Amino acid sequence: MSAPTLKTPSNPTTTAAPAARKRSTRQNKSMAERLIAPLFLAPTVIGMAIFTIVPILASVLLAFFRWDIISAPEFVGFSNFADIVSDPTVRVSFLNTIVFVIVAVTLQLGIAMVLAVAIQGRMPNWLRVFFRSAFFFPLILSAASVSIFMGYLFNEQFGVVNWMLSVVGVPAVPWLTTSGGAAAVVVLVYVWQNFGFSFLLFVGGLASIPKELHEASALDGATGWRQFVNVTLPLLSPTVLVASVMAIISALQVFDQPYVLTRGGPGDSTRTAVMVIFESAFQQLEFGRASAIGLVLMMLIMAITALQFRLSRRFVFYQ
Amino acid sequence: MSTLIQPRKTRLPRPGTALRIAVLLVAAALTLGPVLWTLSTSLRTPSESFNLPPQFLPLNPDFSSYAQVFQQVDMILLVLNSALVTLLIAVGQMTTAALAGYAFARLSFKGKNALFSIVLATMMVPVQVTIVPVFMLIRGMGLSDTLLALILPAIPTAFGTFLMRQYFLGLPNDFAEAASLDGASPWRTFRSVYAPLAVPGMAIVGILAFNFHWNEFFRPLILTISQENYTLPLGLVTLQGNLGTGSISVVLAGVILSMIPALVVFIFGQRTLREGLTAGASK
Repeated sequence: MSAPTLKTPSNPTTTAAPAARKRSTRQNKSMAERLIAPLFLAPTVIGMAIFTIVPILASVLLAFFRWDIISAPEFVGFSNFADIVSDPTVRVSFLNTIVFVIVAVTLQLGIAMVLAVAIQGRMPNWLRVFFRSAFFFPLILSAASVSIFMGYLFNEQFGVVNWMLSVVGVPAVPWLTTSGGAAAVVVLVYVWQNFGFSFLLFVGGLASIPKELHEASALDGATGWRQFVNVTLPLLSPTVLVASVMAIISALQVFDQPYVLTRGGPGDSTRTAVMVIFESAFQQLEFGRASAIGLVLMMLIMAITALQFRLSRRFVFYQ
Repeated sequence: MSTLIQPRKTRLPRPGTALRIAVLLVAAALTLGPVLWTLSTSLRTPSESFNLPPQFLPLNPDFSSYAQVFQQVDMILLVLNSALVTLLIAVGQMTTAALAGYAFARLSFKGKNALFSIVLATMMVPVQVTIVPVFMLIRGMGLSDTLLALILPAIPTAFGTFLMRQYFLGLPNDFAEAASLDGASPWRTFRSVYAPLAVPGMAIVGILAFNFHWNEFFRPLILTISQENYTLPLGLVTLQGNLGTGSISVVLAGVILSMIPALVVFIFGQRTLREGLTAGASK
């Protein structure tokens, strides 16, 4: 940029008062900034335009067509969206996803909350660091790798889980070959890997609650469970809200675990919405249908985010 | 109960404390157990890897599975591909996010707020929604089945831009005024004054990108076709599919090897990673 030439003259005339000089510097500066700002923004903005904005618009258009890349696209109106209710596989996959979100998110938040409260107690610091690191550890692993070793652990004949159950007298559970078993494994493996994230959020939230409030309520005779329900939980509500929304959004997009563990089976029992996007597009060449399902997923995510904003204004008072 | 009389708690561990630690210990065992089993099984010979009762501690380590995994798949190529993709995405994100974050935080230009809202809104767009058009774009650009197909679309980052904007907003204004009085151009002010101060923020963006893309499975599954462009997670899942339950210790050896870089980040950058992961929750 030619910015240096725009600067205040280095030999100010006697009439240039300090205030005037300052103003002109600011004007020159903002002019230079206006010229240079697009250069700072270009890589991100152009990249997003190409790889996010244009694809969304293309998706919206594509969702109304039937297209297999090879032959000419055919306009089909809302029929791709109608598939979500009428096509058995797509419908089941959406229902699976909703049930998965409800069960997995409840477990994830419940476990994270119990552990976050438990770690507040008196204990040596190294033990606290150990627990925190242990719960955090699965977050650095790849969901695909986790699903590989978990698949072996849940193997019906030689898996460690069934061996442990046999020790206490439970007969072998056909984990991955029955619909209920497979769904349970997908939920467990997902929660195993993700509860640590909600745990981190809750620990952060609990740390921001002033100690005096607990002491005051203890003086009033509130202990244990009552103190948790009446003091801790309301003060933690902003964190709970954020943690729930983040957990729901990520669970809605579940793919790696069911793909590696079961490929969606047995039958359609662990097929999820994102698996149907993948299969529609890249196995059945139904690009329009894949786009329609993707858009519905995105609208769900936007609705949940909007709900978060409204809820946080109405119910959360302790920002 | 007795707290009315003695508000300060006694030093004696209450029964609650023992229960709490017991719950935490069980949770930690359930979290680390599967990983320990994976490690110790990878150190058994392939024929022993099914033996029950399971072994959680690698007592007589046998490294033949590690030798075998290099014969079964081109591990070196997988590692190189993953490293190249991850590093270029991380560096690309750090650079572009620092530039854009700086503009949003410290430069004045028309339509700043509107543009920033659009950038934030793209955070709500899941990758699965854009993958079909991105796949076609990549084909149109002649990049299909190349590593660039994985790298380029992942570089623009809304979350990274948001993080860097926050970071630059937290830095004092005085430096900019001093620099501009000294005649520094906006670029010099960024390059020599603010960018060096923002290195910790860029580290968060880089570590987050590393953690996500090293482990990424969905996009490589779609955007790479030939095995020579596979990244680690995809290569391992393919290996698992090929071997079935034949020799699980070989697959697990690959899994353990793929964890090493993530483990290094965990040991040296856990705090940074924690900050980054939870940064989205505290707007």
